[in-house]
Amino acid sequence: MSRKGRYGEYGGQYMPEILMPALQQLERVYQECKNDKLFQEELEWYHKHYGGRPTPLYYAKRLTESTGGAKIYLKREDLCHGGAHKFNNVMGQALVAKRMGKRHIIAETGAGQHGTATAMAAAVLGLEAEIFMGAEDVKRQKMNVFRMKLMGAKLHEVTTGSCTLKDAMNEALREWAASVETTYYMLGTAGGPHPYPEMVRDFQCVIGNEIRTQLKEMEGKLPDLLVACVGGGSNAIGTFYPFLKDKGVNMLGAEAAGYGIHTGVHSATLTAGTVGVLQGCKSYLLQDEDGMVKPAHSIAPGLDYPGVGPEHSYLKDIKRVVYEGITDEHALESFVTLSRQEGIIPALESAHAVWAGVNRARNMDRDQVVVITVSGRGDKDLEIVHSQGLIK
Amino acid sequence: MKRMPQMFQRCKDDGSMALVCYLTAGYPDLGRSLEYLLAVDRAGADVIEIGVPFTDPVADGPIIQYTSDHAIRTGTRPNQVFELVRCLRAESDIPIVLMGYYNPIFAMGEGTFVTRAAEAGADGIIVADLPLEESAGMSRACRIKGLDMIQMVTRLTPPERMIIIARESTGYLYLVSRTGTTGKMTQIKPELRQLIGHTKHLAGRLPVVVGFGLSEFMQMQDLRMAGADGAIVGSALLKRMIEGVPPDKVGNYVTKLKQACGSKHH
Repeated sequence: MSRKGRYGEYGGQYMPEILMPALQQLERVYQECKNDKLFQEELEWYHKHYGGRPTPLYYAKRLTESTGGAKIYLKREDLCHGGAHKFNNVMGQALVAKRMGKRHIIAETGAGQHGTATAMAAAVLGLEAEIFMGAEDVKRQKMNVFRMKLMGAKLHEVTTGSCTLKDAMNEALREWAASVETTYYMLGTAGGPHPYPEMVRDFQCVIGNEIRTQLKEMEGKLPDLLVACVGGGSNAIGTFYPFLKDKGVNMLGAEAAGYGIHTGVHSATLTAGTVGVLQGCKSYLLQDEDGMVKPAHSIAPGLDYPGVGPEHSYLKDIKRVVYEGITDEHALESFVTLSRQEGIIPALESAHAVWAGVNRARNMDRDQVVVITVSGRGDKDLEIVHSQGLIK
Repeated sequence: MKRMPQMFQRCKDDGSMALVCYLTAGYPDLGRSLEYLLAVDRAGADVIEIGVPFTDPVADGPIIQYTSDHAIRTGTRPNQVFELVRCLRAESDIPIVLMGYYNPIFAMGEGTFVTRAAEAGADGIIVADLPLEESAGMSRACRIKGLDMIQMVTRLTPPERMIIIARESTGYLYLVSRTGTTGKMTQIKPELRQLIGHTKHLAGRLPVVVGFGLSEFMQMQDLRMAGADGAIVGSALLKRMIEGVPPDKVGNYVTKLKQACGSKHH
């Protein structure tokens, strides 16, 4: 990081002045928390006793055999409380909010996993949660809408723009500007203005740190390849970051190629985007030549976003991580394969990573190890998959 | 002398407060957008802020979101906005400020954007999502081309930060009168009166212009009494345009607002 909140040229704090004092306060309080043993102990306590951490690192024997290449391990974030890695970030930030004395929490959500996790954390800590979700996503992720409401969160259906994640975030930012003195904004991914990319990454690093310890026990070595899906990129940065200095560890980020990159209907920001500024940070972006943001598409609501966290843009440029677009069709194929061969129904988001990982493993040696982060479980996606005619 | 300081001097001599009118470029379309701008100018506005439409206006309320979306759909991009400025400039000597978000500027290149804005006849630029921390490049580009780079402060801006922002800002200092996005505010609270006094004190000689949520004649009088150098009206004008109110009638409303600002001439 060359200067505060920057990853190469990426990152920054492109926000209206009204939010700057709150961002600076958050930065201060977060640094305190980071260095506070009691804060870290409390977070670990919730991880272990409430969240079910550490999550297993599972050797997928049948998937490995049918692939015929490197050994495939799955990091089971789908078994984390709430059914996704979102818990890691939310629990951390909810404790930060509590320390700041802010009892009212707002959050944006795409697939509804971050909204669900926020509702959960608010319930267990006795805080109020208000969730902004695009009308399109409300329609296609009904189960998570019910879950949020059941846990006491208030839902705002967002009907502006493309009615998906980006618009939900715009609305959450507007609400934050209107009530910034009393409200904590629980950003769901490693994006947005500084300090969010750094803070969310730190909270998600528990994924990579556990992989390191667990794989050492099971294989006595570091992974040869790490694979994770990238929408905003929080589960991926949490998987990759602890290994960035380990030269032998290759990394692959699976973006959503939707109908195919060549069709222009996709969410493959890093593969097909250009550098711009959206929602607080400089990063790769899907936009036209005039800087108007283009709508994204993915069958996976959590990847359906035209931006990406700034650190991923940096890791792409320095070629530390390779990013690849995986189509809706391939993601659906892996969704079914993993369900049939391992009895694990992955989230559609995670299914992108599964396809990318399996594809690589096929051309690797049998003594090599691929770790794929299964960022969440797929119960929420059954309706979408059913509508594709894949469940007979 | 530049148009902006001249205008503030004229208002001061008049004993009035400057009326700043914001319209979204290209709403309802480029042709009619110019008609509204000309009507607002003739009706007595002192400064015109022209909104450069962007797909993700996070600092704006529903009315400006709606007009921006509409303008983008009908083909308004930064180059069309410059053309609009050129047309307005051909008819009027009113100070013109472009107001927008950073990404379209970044996409064009800061230097190119500022150069084209200056050549079209604009006097200043406001970028809603470019705080002090990120605005050094734009400030430099504006300085080179002689444009004002107008910065924003709010009631949450700490005093020491406000002093630095006021030092960086040229043309005027944009005081956001409340938390939240652009749109309606019904009354001027005593806190706002205090805030204006406090901001004036920290801003030194730089004029302080108050925006966000203004629409009523009473508010204008209150703001003038509180010592504001100008008031910005945007959503209230656009709302009338959305309702189909024609340019001359929007102009009548502007004239009444300007009268409430205390001018002797209108």
